[in-house]
Amino acid sequence: MSIDTLPRAVRRSRHLPPGRRWRSRLDVKVMPYTLVSPYFILFAAFGLFPLAFTLYYSLYDYDLAGTTKWTGLGNYAKLLADEDFWNAVTNTVGMFLLATIPQLLLALFLANALNKRFRLRLAIRMSVLLPLVTSVVAVAVVFTQLFARDWGLVNWILSWFGMDAINWRAERVPSWLAIATMVDWRWTGYNAIIFLAGMQTIPRDLYEAAAIDGASRRRQFWQITLPMLRPTMIFVVLNSTIGGLTLFSEPTTFYNGNVDGGSQGQFQTVAMFVVKQGFREFDYGYAAAAAWLLFLLILIGALINFLFVRRIGGTK
Amino acid sequence: MLNRKRRGGLAAASALAAAALTAASCGSGGTPAASNAPASSAAAEPVTIRVQTFGGGSNFGYKNAITKWNAEHKDIQIKEEHLTDQFEQQYWPQMIQWLQAGNGAGDVVGIDEGGMGLAKAHPEWWADLKEYGLDSRKADFPAWKWENGLTTDGKLFGLGTDIGGMSICYRSDLFKKAGLPSERDKVSALWPDWDTFMKVGQQFQAKVKDTKFADGTNTLYQVVLYQEAAKNGNVTYFDKDNNLIVDKNPAVKAGFDFATKMSQQGLTAKLRNFTDEWAAGTQKGAFATVGCPSWMLGVVSGNAGDGGKGKWDVASVPGGGGNWGGSWLSVPKQSKHPKEAAAVADYLTQAQTEASIFTDFGNMPSNTKAQQDAAVQSAKNEFFNNAPIGEIFAKSASSLQPVFLGVKHAQVKNAIESVIQGMDDGSVPYGKAWQQLVDDAVKAAG
Repeated sequence: MSIDTLPRAVRRSRHLPPGRRWRSRLDVKVMPYTLVSPYFILFAAFGLFPLAFTLYYSLYDYDLAGTTKWTGLGNYAKLLADEDFWNAVTNTVGMFLLATIPQLLLALFLANALNKRFRLRLAIRMSVLLPLVTSVVAVAVVFTQLFARDWGLVNWILSWFGMDAINWRAERVPSWLAIATMVDWRWTGYNAIIFLAGMQTIPRDLYEAAAIDGASRRRQFWQITLPMLRPTMIFVVLNSTIGGLTLFSEPTTFYNGNVDGGSQGQFQTVAMFVVKQGFREFDYGYAAAAAWLLFLLILIGALINFLFVRRIGGTK
Repeated sequence: MLNRKRRGGLAAASALAAAALTAASCGSGGTPAASNAPASSAAAEPVTIRVQTFGGGSNFGYKNAITKWNAEHKDIQIKEEHLTDQFEQQYWPQMIQWLQAGNGAGDVVGIDEGGMGLAKAHPEWWADLKEYGLDSRKADFPAWKWENGLTTDGKLFGLGTDIGGMSICYRSDLFKKAGLPSERDKVSALWPDWDTFMKVGQQFQAKVKDTKFADGTNTLYQVVLYQEAAKNGNVTYFDKDNNLIVDKNPAVKAGFDFATKMSQQGLTAKLRNFTDEWAAGTQKGAFATVGCPSWMLGVVSGNAGDGGKGKWDVASVPGGGGNWGGSWLSVPKQSKHPKEAAAVADYLTQAQTEASIFTDFGNMPSNTKAQQDAAVQSAKNEFFNNAPIGEIFAKSASSLQPVFLGVKHAQVKNAIESVIQGMDDGSVPYGKAWQQLVDDAVKAAG
């Protein structure tokens, strides 16, 4: 550390009388921390504290009467052997893949299309965001009716092709498809706008140079747009991972606001499992342990995705 | 009616989402929120008593009774909050959470028979209605209905609303279409027992293509379970010491076997009761019969809407009586206005009120004075083609027996119904269903 790297105010403060010197130091050393502290205070109150408290909860056994008993890691051991928990994990990961992969690809191509010059550009770009500002419950009500077994629009269209009515809430894969559609309808536009913002930061001259070198539009997309978009992509992928793995509202409203997720948990996600254990069976400890495992699942998912995205266009 | 129901569903969903949010942000700590208006000393400000209910269609049937009270009492206004259609999966868990947190529950709350075992075991949740002079009501109720409203330490916490009684609601217009008799006495004569009931179902479905005979497996499973429970010591999933007896009680197996047969013969529309699809199915004619305890009449008429008027009728149930359902009203201790709440609970369970609920909507009074009321005995239900519901339900009301339900009845009931529904919708193989039913019941009771 050389003296020159210190802020000028500190250097100047050496020539000041002690009282003012102290105040000046306070100004330089303490003030920045004070200014950024609201975030950390809020994070501690609403992020760290619940996290620690949930961990504490997860070490106790609760029953309906509200009595508690220390069980150590007992809840975690029980969870790892609980078929219902693994069923929820499978559903969550399954729906996540089914929803997120098409969603991000679609968003990318949508963004690419929106990145061109055309009439009413702003209006059309904004309209992509419309699904996001609709209430989840309203979306779920509409989609629940579209995917109804009897008198549903989707089954009606399928019947034109001679297909039998699908019981969307009773069969596993169809239920995942219905919910993934719901999620994609809501989030594709949002991701497309973020991709679009990323695309606009790519310098024009790169494309111009490529065009002079004779690179086709498609080649430009793969060789310039995609690699340059990597930081945006990391953000979008991490965001979708967190959102996808904590999926709750869509599958819950899809089954009348019931966290069972189908008669045999065909589409019960881990988040629904947590709520069911905590607020229907009133086993807060078990729910807390499941919430921690969900947290781990998200960390693992985020890590895998991060490594994967780092390789995209990874010539550097 | 349909609008009212829709809104109920939405409110339930958003309440659930809100519950999940609270759970995520602050653990389960109950912070006293400012949701209740501060008790004001000024007499000009009327006290609002929130009455929380559940159930589909017209549910507790309080609409007219509340309008009447509100017109007569300027100082106490009743506001009904119909939270959701489903009791075990939504209403009761939410209620338990509010009761534990000490905040959120209404001033008067409805409790289904399935929740009473747990409610009795938690005297600390409830205001003692004896303090408001309501032990004077003892003579109004059959002994069992009264005693079930006492906590384990003898507090009076629940006043009886309705009771079960059994019938079959059916679509007379569709029966006519199927070439079957459609007049209620002849329909009753068609099915002296459940085997003939299924035969009629096959005849019906051979003629009418787009309509199934029954709504789903669960409603009729409940009907048979309660009929058989009456023959097996009046217990269902738990014995009177709260031991799980699902695998030992012949009543459960009988109900399950009947549900299996109905499902295997394809006689159900595979709809789970008290869901939106089930409600829509009632309106659109997805099924021709529903197992109908008295309170189900209001559910069916509410779900079917005005278009169903006169098309539905009520016939007798195969295989004898049973006592499925019935509720109580309680005042949570957390209520800011327990005195006024007790007065409202008192009013809603008075003979006159319960009698008018029966004649308006069909919920059979548990109040014995109401049962003996001439208006009740001779009541006809306009929606159900003027069926003499007084004759059908009131006659057998005094002979109904109480069925004991354990502390964890609501949880076990949901687990069992999920397996039976799963068997019907194809996600649980018939061969494995019974074993899974027993296993899931053990887990839910665990």
